[in-house]
Amino acid sequence: MRRRLRQPRRLTPLTAEAWSKNPMDTKTAFFLLFSLVLLYAALRVVTARNPVHAVLHLMLAFSQAAAIWLLLKAEFLAITLVLVYLGAVMVLFLFVVMMLDIKIDQLRHGFWRHFPVAAMLGVVVVLEMAAVLLSGFRLSEAPVPALPIGVEVEVSNTKELGKLLYTQYVYPIQVAASILLVAMIAAIALTLRQRKDSKAIDPGLQVRVRAADRLRVVQVEPVTPSPPAQPQEGKP
Amino acid sequence: MSQSLNASTLLAIPLSPLVGSLLAGIFGTKFGGNWIGRRLAHSLTILGVLLAFILSALTLKQVAMDGATFNATIYQWMVVGGLKMEIGFLVDGLTAMMMCVVTFVSLMVHLYTIGYMEEDDGYNRFFAYISLFTFAMLMLVMSNNLLQLFFGWEAVGLVSYLLIGFWFNKPSAIFANLKAFLVNRVGDFGFILGIGLIAAYCGSLDYNEVFAKGGELAKITLPGTDWMLITVICICLFIGAMGKSAQFPLHVWLPDSMEGPTPISALIHAATMVTAGIFMVARMSPLFELSDTALNLILVVGAITALFMGLLGIIQNDIKRVVAYSTLSQLGYMTVALGASAYSVAVFHLMTHAFFKALLFLGAGSVIMGMHHNQDIRWMGGVRKYMPITWVTSLLGTLALTGTPFFAGFYSKDSIIEVAHFSTLPAAGFAYFAVLAGVFVTAFYSFRMYFLVFHGQERYEQNPDAHAGEHDHHDEHHQPHESPWVVTVPLVLLAIPSVLIGYLTVQPLLFGDFFKGAIVVDTAAHPAMAMLDEIFHGPLAMALHAFTTLPFALALAGALAAYYMYMVNPALPAAIQARVQPLYRLLENKYYMDWINEHLLARGARALGRGLWKKGDEVLIDGALVNGSWKLIGRVAALARRLQSGYLYHYALAMIVGVLVLMTWFVTRPALLDWLNR
Amino acid sequence: MTLTLGHYLTLGAMLFAIAVVGIFLNRKNLIVLLMAIELMLLAVNMNFVAFSHFLGDMHGQVFVFFILTVAAAESAIGLAILVILFRNRSNINVDELDSLQG
Repeated sequence: MRRRLRQPRRLTPLTAEAWSKNPMDTKTAFFLLFSLVLLYAALRVVTARNPVHAVLHLMLAFSQAAAIWLLLKAEFLAITLVLVYLGAVMVLFLFVVMMLDIKIDQLRHGFWRHFPVAAMLGVVVVLEMAAVLLSGFRLSEAPVPALPIGVEVEVSNTKELGKLLYTQYVYPIQVAASILLVAMIAAIALTLRQRKDSKAIDPGLQVRVRAADRLRVVQVEPVTPSPPAQPQEGKP
Repeated sequence: MSQSLNASTLLAIPLSPLVGSLLAGIFGTKFGGNWIGRRLAHSLTILGVLLAFILSALTLKQVAMDGATFNATIYQWMVVGGLKMEIGFLVDGLTAMMMCVVTFVSLMVHLYTIGYMEEDDGYNRFFAYISLFTFAMLMLVMSNNLLQLFFGWEAVGLVSYLLIGFWFNKPSAIFANLKAFLVNRVGDFGFILGIGLIAAYCGSLDYNEVFAKGGELAKITLPGTDWMLITVICICLFIGAMGKSAQFPLHVWLPDSMEGPTPISALIHAATMVTAGIFMVARMSPLFELSDTALNLILVVGAITALFMGLLGIIQNDIKRVVAYSTLSQLGYMTVALGASAYSVAVFHLMTHAFFKALLFLGAGSVIMGMHHNQDIRWMGGVRKYMPITWVTSLLGTLALTGTPFFAGFYSKDSIIEVAHFSTLPAAGFAYFAVLAGVFVTAFYSFRMYFLVFHGQERYEQNPDAHAGEHDHHDEHHQPHESPWVVTVPLVLLAIPSVLIGYLTVQPLLFGDFFKGAIVVDTAAHPAMAMLDEIFHGPLAMALHAFTTLPFALALAGALAAYYMYMVNPALPAAIQARVQPLYRLLENKYYMDWINEHLLARGARALGRGLWKKGDEVLIDGALVNGSWKLIGRVAALARRLQSGYLYHYALAMIVGVLVLMTWFVTRPALLDWLNR
Repeated sequence: MTLTLGHYLTLGAMLFAIAVVGIFLNRKNLIVLLMAIELMLLAVNMNFVAFSHFLGDMHGQVFVFFILTVAAAESAIGLAILVILFRNRSNINVDELDSLQG
């Protein structure tokens, strides 16, 4: 199994002068580290032979993403990612993968056959997106602070997010909640198997019962008892 | 004073044979349950025709003596775009005469059939058909509009078809009846075109209304051409007459129609149906008088038929074929008379010919019966000893046919020859020559047949085709015997008018007022009839004068030649035949007309049909259009199917590719537009 | 060198590309397909967060919040379907799911 590493794109040449003129600061270094691991993990997700490995690498990728988001000062989302995704969704994936009895040797059949096309596709996607983004956005600027320079206010990300969510986005939150409810019901409805010895009855069936299904009236001829034998008069 | 005839009487005339026909045809056959036996069937039909004849005679009396006429619509059954379709009767001299002829001959044939078809299984069916025919022919002659005429026209054609193929298990009969119907159809095609032109330009099909507009029609040409409209109409109508009255080249069906039983050869193909064309032209005389071109055409066609069909009669060996070609020739004579604008002469010859030709056919039938269904005259001879009544009546018929003075045929035939001579049309010269030569030919073949059948050595023992063992017979098997009275009485009844009717009716019919109003002649342009009137001094004078004329000499020469060749020197015909082999073969093959029809026209039509079916229908329409359309759809669908592979990742890929394409478009759009607008 | 928006967007793009490739490459493993979808969603989230940071707008993060919700719901249902599929077919071979073939 070969590993292919992607070189991260640099906007500045990697020469010693450039390095001295513009040394990397910690943040950048961390970003590079995290993004490299993220990309490696993503690659391993799609190329892993063993699905359990793939899930584990996905977990790794998500954790690196969370770290990057911390760098971007989106703490709430980073923690949410860890809690919700890593804690719930990935565990769910892991459960399912381990529960299913998958034949591993069949999984990678045909992988290398499609690889050239896939690789080309990937490169095209990247180039396109780069073209769009580079031509459309002011990419070289520093981040715009939310507040005018000079005003240093301690604002927590969570609080800011909360302020927005519970005022402007109250309705979408309710919708999101109902989506989750529907998802839950759907998952149960799809996969639930009835116990074979369960005596539970489908109420719908019960309501639809007709009297004719349960009862049949049969006409039976009445049997008259024969009169008791009379003593015969006048007969010998 | 002219009064109107009774409409109910007139209605009863065609309807009584119809009722008889329906009763016999439905209840007398398996179709209706075989309820009526033979006696009842023939009694009903004869009763119907008898009633029709009595009423027709009554009508004739009223028309001739009291000058009564009738022209009214009985029932209007449809109106289409202003064109009225009606059932109506027009009864004047012409119609009354035709009615009597038709009903009388039909009555004779009905009576005759009792004896002739005695052994046949289809007895009731036959009577139903001949009564039905009588109804159709009466509707034809009594009609007062072209549509009813056409109905009768087609109906007689249909019944002719049914009767020619009466013995439908015989392949030759089926071939003949289909041939008759198809050749008639060719004529009817022209007829319908003529009727259509009349309907288009006159807006009506009623005779009187059409005749009233005749003058206007004569002034206009057919749009898009420079032919006179009236000429086109008349030629188209005449084409119909050519088909029905078996003129050259549509004559080919008549000899084949002898496949039918003899009674119908007498009724339909001698006396009535084939005369429908002649009758129609006479009825349309106001129109035909306006077109000299049409009259010339009629003269030429009639002359060709009269002469060349007669020539074919010389070499025939089947007794019925001789009479058939004789009929063709005489129809040619009638047509010549029509062309010379002597419509009354044509119709007069039609009447006399009906009687003596029916007589000859029925006599031939009687001979066939007596000879145990042998029809070949080479194996007859000396029949007069065994069948005296048949012999005498056939002799009378032959004399009438050849134009012997005082007999009926003489008056009509000689009148035709005279008017052909007097006519001033360009084609009249040829017509005169043809009818004159035809006199010799007619006499020759008539007396040839007469001598070979009734006189001379008895040759029936020598017949190689005699059916042996068909009936178990004694020694009298090959000896002919006289036919029963139901056969001979009609012969006698027909012989009477064949002798007398010419003498009695020539003056009132040709030179009197009998056809006034019915037949219109433009005496200034076509003076033949007027000139004939000048030289006519009564029937007796005409007959006595005839002995000094050329036609009589020719007829006598023909009779003597026949006598010589077949009685005195029987080896001579064979010797002549050996000398003129090519000519004989030409005559034997009927001028190769049948060969042309079967091998060129019929085969060509079948090849065309097959070609259109195989190439046009199967390859083009079925293959390319019908099958091709669904096959094309199938192929396109098969191509499109590949997009629906069922694989999720293909669909996902398709979506991604789509997104990429869109993105490319949006990214490069400014640059592209700049480049395009450069 | 300072980190600009471009860096983050590039990262997001590459992640997305890897996920697309993953969908295309995996014909035998439905689970990896689902995981690749998660990766795609992650890439998009990355973009949103980056934009939110660099433009100073909180709405981007609100959107990520909702994307997370829906992604969780969708992966739950997706896995339920996977389980039923496995019950019926005893394998999770994407190649064999072609009943919708036209």
